[in-house]
Amino acid sequence: MTGTTVYRIVWSPGSDRLVGVCHCGADQEADDPVRLWQWLLAHPEHEAMDDRE
Amino acid sequence: MSATTAFARNQWYVAAYSQEVGEELLARTICGEPIVLYRTTDGTAVGLADRCVHRRYPLSMSRRDGDRIVCGYHGFTYEPSGACVYVPAQTRIPRTARVPAYPVVEQDTLVWVWIGDPENADPADVPRVPWLDAPGWTTVRGMEPLAARYGLLVDNLMDLSHETYLHGGYIGTPEVAETPITTEVDEDAGIVRVSRRMKDVECPPFYARSTGIAGRIDRWQDIEYRPPCLYQLHSRIAPTGVEPGPDGDDRAACHAEIVYAITPETEHTTLDFWMVSRDFAVGDEEVSEYLATSNHTVVMQDVVALNALEQVIAAEPAGYQELSINIDTGGLAARRMLRDLL
Repeated sequence: MTGTTVYRIVWSPGSDRLVGVCHCGADQEADDPVRLWQWLLAHPEHEAMDDRE
Repeated sequence: MSATTAFARNQWYVAAYSQEVGEELLARTICGEPIVLYRTTDGTAVGLADRCVHRRYPLSMSRRDGDRIVCGYHGFTYEPSGACVYVPAQTRIPRTARVPAYPVVEQDTLVWVWIGDPENADPADVPRVPWLDAPGWTTVRGMEPLAARYGLLVDNLMDLSHETYLHGGYIGTPEVAETPITTEVDEDAGIVRVSRRMKDVECPPFYARSTGIAGRIDRWQDIEYRPPCLYQLHSRIAPTGVEPGPDGDDRAACHAEIVYAITPETEHTTLDFWMVSRDFAVGDEEVSEYLATSNHTVVMQDVVALNALEQVIAAEPAGYQELSINIDTGGLAARRMLRDLL
């Protein structure tokens, strides 16, 4: 069973890029999973981030 | 970020397999708490603090008198409830003569104990692992003590790309490390999921020999980690191109449920309960023997690696800066959930 508060990170096939999707619908691309988790878990305060290392 | 070392309390942990708990007194340490486990004559599994209230003698080194334990040092005698009913040479039993009794739930061939305030223990919170005890499934299992903190085993299991390098020739193939993953954190359910779906890939010997599938396969690895203790890898193996039916019927594929109970023993040791359930070659003793031997080999490869890592981490100064990359997305999520439980 899947709840409604789900954070998802998809590693785009064929690339090194990660795409994070918050349960509120906000999304963000990044190279670094540590920073991307920080961005997701900041919900609802998703701040703009430089998505390249 | 370093691996988690402290214990999450007010949680259920697997302390033993059902088959291990019987007439004999079984000593286990869970989250630093020594516990003696046994089964009463009516079949109920019991867990008591493994220290006599008198001089702390291990009750697990004592003997039973029916459902009671008689301390092997001075004869203090305890009921399954932990209440002391006899002390030597006097009739008055001190009011404090009692050992803590642990809430115990036995389910799906696992014996779970509650570490924390017994008032908060809800048996309904014990997660189900139905394939361990369901018709149509066969399970092989074992337990290896790990001389490493449990967080290292969580890290290990959340990132299966290590299969390619540490377990080549058994479960690892080049494609495991090369295939991107999708990671989900389900905050409501308290679960981390990591999914790796591989199409048209090499079949590792572990599955080629056990399923009998010749040629290339579609291989799914769907991890479901429910911190702190239960890890399940839902593994699907099918000849390339064989998909589940539109109604979800997936009988053309083989399924293996790789289950781990990751139970902290002390801050630097872990009980590594491993189980492999399958819905193919059910009851085939030869396949069971092969899978048990192969998986034990794989587990021991992890044990050697994690024991070495524990030595490295224990000896290094605090503040070491690890490097995390895409393969660590699930492990990072698991670490965060574990931290939140502390």
